[in-house]
Amino acid sequence: MPSFHPGKTFMMDSSVPLTSPSRRAGALSELRQRVTGRWLFALLLVLGCAVLSLLVLAPLYTLLSKSVENKAGDFVGLDNFAHYLSSGGIESAFFNSLWVAGLSTLVVVGLAFMAAWALTRTRLPMTGWIRGVLVLPILAPSLLPAISLVYLFGNQGVLKSWLFGAEIYGPIGIIMGSCFWTFPHALMILLTAMDNADGRHYEAATALKASPWRTFWTVTVPGARYGLVSAAFVVFTLVITDFGVPKVIGGQFDVLATDIYKQVIGQQKFEMGAVVSVLLLLPAMLAFLADRYVQRKQSASFTARSVPYRPRRDHRRDVIGAVMLAPTILFILAIIGMAVYASFVTFWPYNLELSLNNYQFGRMDGGGWGAYTNSLQMALGTMVIGTLLVFFNAWLMERTPQPRLLTGVFQFLSLLPLAVPGLVLGLSYIFFFNHPDNPINGIYGTLFILILCTVSHFYAVSHLTAVTALKQLDQEFEAVGESLKASRWRVLFTVTLPLCLPAILDVALYLFVNAMTTVSAVVFLYGHDSQLASVAVLNMDEAGDIAPAAAMAILITTTCAAAKLIQGGLRFWVDRSTRAWRQGTE
Amino acid sequence: MKHLKKALALAALMAAVNANAQTELTVYTAVEAEDLKKYAARFNEDHPDIKINWVRDSTGVITARLLAEKENPQADVVWGLAGTSLLLLKNEGMLTPYAPEGLEKLSPKFRDRDETPSWVGMDAWMAAVCVNTIEAEKNNLPMPTSWQDLTNPVYRGHVVMPNPNSSGTGFLDVSAWLQLMGEDKGWEFMDGLHQNISRYTHSGSKPCKMAASGETSIGVSFAFRGARLKEKGAPLELVFPEEGLGWEVEATAIVDGTDKLEAAQTLVDWSITRQAMEMYNEGYAIVAMPGVAQPVEHFPANAEALIIDNDFGWAASNREAILTEWARRYDGKSEAK
Repeated sequence: MPSFHPGKTFMMDSSVPLTSPSRRAGALSELRQRVTGRWLFALLLVLGCAVLSLLVLAPLYTLLSKSVENKAGDFVGLDNFAHYLSSGGIESAFFNSLWVAGLSTLVVVGLAFMAAWALTRTRLPMTGWIRGVLVLPILAPSLLPAISLVYLFGNQGVLKSWLFGAEIYGPIGIIMGSCFWTFPHALMILLTAMDNADGRHYEAATALKASPWRTFWTVTVPGARYGLVSAAFVVFTLVITDFGVPKVIGGQFDVLATDIYKQVIGQQKFEMGAVVSVLLLLPAMLAFLADRYVQRKQSASFTARSVPYRPRRDHRRDVIGAVMLAPTILFILAIIGMAVYASFVTFWPYNLELSLNNYQFGRMDGGGWGAYTNSLQMALGTMVIGTLLVFFNAWLMERTPQPRLLTGVFQFLSLLPLAVPGLVLGLSYIFFFNHPDNPINGIYGTLFILILCTVSHFYAVSHLTAVTALKQLDQEFEAVGESLKASRWRVLFTVTLPLCLPAILDVALYLFVNAMTTVSAVVFLYGHDSQLASVAVLNMDEAGDIAPAAAMAILITTTCAAAKLIQGGLRFWVDRSTRAWRQGTE
Repeated sequence: MKHLKKALALAALMAAVNANAQTELTVYTAVEAEDLKKYAARFNEDHPDIKINWVRDSTGVITARLLAEKENPQADVVWGLAGTSLLLLKNEGMLTPYAPEGLEKLSPKFRDRDETPSWVGMDAWMAAVCVNTIEAEKNNLPMPTSWQDLTNPVYRGHVVMPNPNSSGTGFLDVSAWLQLMGEDKGWEFMDGLHQNISRYTHSGSKPCKMAASGETSIGVSFAFRGARLKEKGAPLELVFPEEGLGWEVEATAIVDGTDKLEAAQTLVDWSITRQAMEMYNEGYAIVAMPGVAQPVEHFPANAEALIIDNDFGWAASNREAILTEWARRYDGKSEAK
């Protein structure tokens, strides 16, 4: 897909003097207007904080507060923590979590950066299709890679020998599975960070006769720094809080996240589950602080004077790009391909006859087509509500004057959901939204609560994408707008929104596909008439119907891929219909 | 306008008729999804005026969900949940005791011991060992016949069982071994078994599924799953160890605070009728009403004689201590590797 390079027109605009020398009389009323404007924006962001508190903080409090209570609900201080920590061996689970998440982060961020570089800094053909393949993992329910990894590397696996006698059940499986599903998250952030590069920096580098290697380290990497740190933060937190992959393929390799599962699902000890959740928040909190620290140093990379970068012809560089993309693409295609094959097999591995029977969802238990329609409705709702909420809040935070403290609080609230395992979020929603004293407990058990929960669950990455896109626009746009007497609202609708449309489409797609595939939180919240397809996949697998489960998973993946195609089409159209406008001065 | 009024009146009337005709019950269950339609349809043959709205998930998730909803329960009835889970709910005061019609016909093992029971049983699901015949032959494994056999070094690395800290089925096995062999012998047996275990899973059906797909040769799991997988074409042999089998009752209860008590009671009444028992018998070899059960394919004919005299009270009150001890001995995290 061609990417969207805004900018040229604004080179002209930015030459408009910032302090327009006219209308001294109006200055006072203008000042008043500005002050009230400031208040209005701050108030709106306070409102945004309130919404997130309602969707994330309040529900979480109802569950996490149990970590300092006993079963009867009396306050017991840190007794539960002491009990949990003294139960022995916790250090190794903690250590396991850290190194597995750390290694996965290194691999994923490395591969994603290589892929993003190849996509934005070379002239490889068919980048649209390549991007499509690279986001495939996010389009698939998490069970799909689990099935594939077992079929590929399990005891009966076709590639078992590749592991040199090691077992897929354990850290190897966890890292492979985690890398697979978190890769698109990292890629999405890095692409947003690298899509809009300033061509002038590269021109300067060429003029200074810097080698490509040096240019890479002095221009490309620093430009992507914020994206790299954000991606690392996101991947690390996602892996350390995920229990889906370790549960299915981790064998008895203990990590903190599976401990939550043991405590809550295995033994119904909510208070101990809360203790582990709080402990899991700690590393995520550290990652959050590191992210804040780097972010403070970040300034807009794409200024009003920027010239979109267009890589020059260079075959050697293109070949390097292709080599960097190849392993990732192969790995993704192998996993998806195996799952497609699995959905046609009659009974793995003893009856490999292929048949279409597994695709007759109407005859299947677990909701069949009804569940599929529910999932579609839920995903569309999540997409619309989520995108509006995320983008508006991100705009308030980034593009309007806000007290620093407020943006800090807001940033914290929006990233918090990332550090919360879905299982914990789902249970929290029961405690909070089903409480008899909650005035809106009527939404419990409806499709609407599934939508709210999913928006909160996937808020953080959407927020980061929106913020990264908004950050890249020069603050001068607003300043110029002001001097031209255009309100921030007008700048929002005439400049910011069109420039951010690609990122907005990305966020919409991200929310849609995650809503289609999510399981961990919604499994606690669906009602009798809001069964979801992703949950049906899990149930079928649980019942041993692996092939029908794979078939349903493929159906979900196909739906998400269709959504991706539509989104790609829209991006192309946006790009084309604004090309004249963007190139008007050429 | 007139038409609109008419339509509205008609709609209101329809709604009223519907409301009279059908009471909707929200029923939480852990019964296999594939059986739910059948259960509802058979019930509706006798009671077409009550519509069942199922909410189904695995035992652990449904139990956690019921407990989390304690302040404002959503379920009217629980139909098909493990006795251990119902005991938890009962202790939380979440069940309404009710003596359904025909209660006296149930075997005393299959009901809450209170005079007015909080739950009444449906059937029993019992432990079984799933052996993959193809893989066993490949690895030269003899067919085990007893639990003790499984400690034979020949099986080293070929056995998978559920972790009792994550899975009810896992706990059922451990508690049965301790009751069968006594505490000391029981732990000694598990020490031996542990040597042969290649991994502990988080789900009770997983070991049998892994055996079915050849990921392991032997999976300690439960009979129902094994039988279903065999029907689907898995090369499995179900072994029922001769020392005795752990088992768990699957039962029905009314959730306290339901505003559809009458319909809920109707459902519970029906759930222990002979007809219902015959329906359970299609998938389970042991049902709560003595003398009903016919032999079920892939199950042993003498299933009832194989199960141990399970002391659920003992198991419940010692659960915490057993799980802690188990984790101390065998959990990967406490294992300094």
